[in-house]
Amino acid sequence: MIPDEYLQSFVIECRELLEAMEEALLIVEQAAEDPEIINAIFRAAHTIKGSAGMFGLDPIVAFTHAAESVLDQVRSGDIAMTSALAALFIEAHDHLILLIGHVADGSEPSGETDTHGQALIKQLEAYLGGAAVAEPSADMPTIHQSTVEREESDAVGTDHWHISLRFGTEVFRNGMDPFSFVRCLSSLGTVVQLVTLIDAIPPAQEMDPESCYLGFEISFSSAADKVAIDAIFNFVRSDCLIRILPPRSKISEYQRLILDLPEEEMRLGEILVNCGTLTPEELDHILRLQAEHGDEPPRRIGEVLVEQQLVSPPVVEAALEKQKQVKENKKAEANLIRVDADKLDELINLVGELIIAGAGTNLIARRAHMADLTESTATLSRLVEEVRDSALALRMVQIGGTFNRFQRVVRDVSKELGKDVDLVISGGDTELDKTVVEKIGDPLTHLVRNSMDHGIESAELRLARGKPAKGTLKLNAYHDAGSIVIEVSDDGGGLNKEKILSKAIERGLISADVSLTDKEIYKLIFEAGFSTADTVSNLSGRGVGMDVVRRNIQALRGSIDLDSIEGQGSTIRIRLPLTLAIIEGFMVGVGNAAYVIPLDMVVECIELRAWASDEGDGQYLNLRGEVLPYRRLRDHFDSEGDMVQRENVVVVRYGEHKAGLVVDKLMGEFQTVIKPLGKLFKSEKSIGGFTILGSGEVALIVDVPGLMGQIEVEKGTVERAGTVAAR
Amino acid sequence: MADVNTKNQPNGRIVIDGELTIYTALELKDTLLAGLSATEELELDLSAVGEFDAAGLQLLVMIKQEALALGKRLRFTGHSPVVLDLLDLSGLAGFFGDPLLFVRKATDEGKAL
Repeated sequence: MIPDEYLQSFVIECRELLEAMEEALLIVEQAAEDPEIINAIFRAAHTIKGSAGMFGLDPIVAFTHAAESVLDQVRSGDIAMTSALAALFIEAHDHLILLIGHVADGSEPSGETDTHGQALIKQLEAYLGGAAVAEPSADMPTIHQSTVEREESDAVGTDHWHISLRFGTEVFRNGMDPFSFVRCLSSLGTVVQLVTLIDAIPPAQEMDPESCYLGFEISFSSAADKVAIDAIFNFVRSDCLIRILPPRSKISEYQRLILDLPEEEMRLGEILVNCGTLTPEELDHILRLQAEHGDEPPRRIGEVLVEQQLVSPPVVEAALEKQKQVKENKKAEANLIRVDADKLDELINLVGELIIAGAGTNLIARRAHMADLTESTATLSRLVEEVRDSALALRMVQIGGTFNRFQRVVRDVSKELGKDVDLVISGGDTELDKTVVEKIGDPLTHLVRNSMDHGIESAELRLARGKPAKGTLKLNAYHDAGSIVIEVSDDGGGLNKEKILSKAIERGLISADVSLTDKEIYKLIFEAGFSTADTVSNLSGRGVGMDVVRRNIQALRGSIDLDSIEGQGSTIRIRLPLTLAIIEGFMVGVGNAAYVIPLDMVVECIELRAWASDEGDGQYLNLRGEVLPYRRLRDHFDSEGDMVQRENVVVVRYGEHKAGLVVDKLMGEFQTVIKPLGKLFKSEKSIGGFTILGSGEVALIVDVPGLMGQIEVEKGTVERAGTVAAR
Repeated sequence: MADVNTKNQPNGRIVIDGELTIYTALELKDTLLAGLSATEELELDLSAVGEFDAAGLQLLVMIKQEALALGKRLRFTGHSPVVLDLLDLSGLAGFFGDPLLFVRKATDEGKAL
């Protein structure tokens, strides 16, 4: 049984690889063949196959194997990477994501998925022609593998990997059997020759039968890459000496190997010859060169070999290059730590507590009138604030990953619409909270599709308007005044003001005689049920959408607006808070309790008696001639405490709805750490969470949209009840 | 658990029954060494070995080397399938030099270099 955490890291790794693969595929589909990129795709497929093999996930192995075989031929130039083939690979990629998803849930792929996979494999195999490559078998000619090092080279050397293993004495006691790794290797390729080293077994009297003294020299034929082969030994890495030499490694590598290993040079040399890794002549050379250069700084044997025409220069270069890459990858990996998102949330939570506790201490210090104490708490609060900022920064991720996913969306949609559209991404390194990033994907997709469908014109129209036939869609992100701004812009037709106006009048959204600014007109498209599209397409134009987008953005406490120049294109700007954990709140008092209303929803505060008046039904206020539904928070929350003489109305706005909340006291702005409510309160829609004040008291955060919804529902019930009674 | 029968014959014979693995290695080491010291020619019957791992293999190597050092004869006989399998995989069949059903290229061959 595979431990869950390994399986989980497998899933994460695969998803990352698949992401890289998709990116590479999209580039390949667009542009000509870049061997580096095709290599990247191959590597991704390869590593997935290797790791899947380790976990015994046969469907994935079988599927990636088919893909890999084709990719291999693409690499060697036997098959051209056409855009049709790239499209097929993108489909294969999607199928892999599906399979990995099943692994992640621990579910079995459905029959339909299987059939789809089989169909894809067939399509892939069609590219291989008659000589479909079967699973690598023991006698599979090694000439078929191709690795970077082997290209354009027919110099002497072996086509096999060479793996040297010296197991530590603790291996048995740690519950591992050295031979299980050898068997595992067989899943990646063929063990051509294996020599078991028994030289380290001490004489009978000194031998501890529970210690491991074994070592292996393995000649291994496989198309897998080093990472995949290396991964097999993950479980034994800490107590095993592992040396893996790629096919056709520089002779100097072998020389170093021989020096590294505990056995005597001659004995090792023989073993290498036995394994078929080196020819006797090559070994002879190495040993002789070693003797000659005994004391000098070791001369690079690779150079010597090139001089002697044993290895061709490209081979050595490729090998060097490859090593460099591996090293660089290692370095980059070392700088990152994977952290469970829950742990981060916990940290943020604790920091929130710290802020609250700090505020309490501050209060006490000030009350105590102790200068020393006040000073030290001030320092403490500053540090706490810094901790808060860096803790929040931990949750920040770059938006680039989300943006890059749109390459695919744009590709698919442009195919569907028959428009040629370029996606230009900038500001991908702008950071924002992980939760926000996760939730922004859907609205962005909608906007991008919308821009491509309605914004960008057909190629003929574009040419007629003197624009390049290829449309451009831009995604941009930047930080601005404590929030992040995401822009979606296109160079299409822009919005038609007249059309929007007439549509809005037709739908009764505005009256015909109002004069509106451009911005106000553009805002109309975010109204529910609004669409100016002449034709309803599969993608957009049904009039649901922009209002949903706006609602989604507002749920993230963000805002959205739009700029447009007719005939030149439009830009949609989304403004989002950097984090969801802390908000600017407006604190109000009702009875003995305090409530927090998100500040950005507050429009104005007025005194109830002086400026607004209830016409008598207890449901609506007359606010400067405007009808404003209102609700006394005291009634709504059944608060206790003395009534006050002068009540205030906080006018809140959410979307196109406005409402008044009658409160006793206005207490001002307040940095609010949002804490979620327990499950018990799940059905209470009008409260979004709570926070703890410096004094240790609890303040509830009013969920304005929820509260409005509740008022609306209750109003409906009352009205219905009224009509029923009237009958 | 491995059952070991040592019959007091001039030519010693030990039957290893069951596991020849890390779980029985400690015990078997003493049994094998005792068996070897009691006789000039020892036969190790492996026909009843049900499980065989690297630790077991290591033990066979140990006893073989000990026999060589003492100048005694040691034969392994009746290799069970699991033993054959691992001997084949390890390429050590040549080292033991016992007649087996399959013939592998002896690993010492390279010494001819």
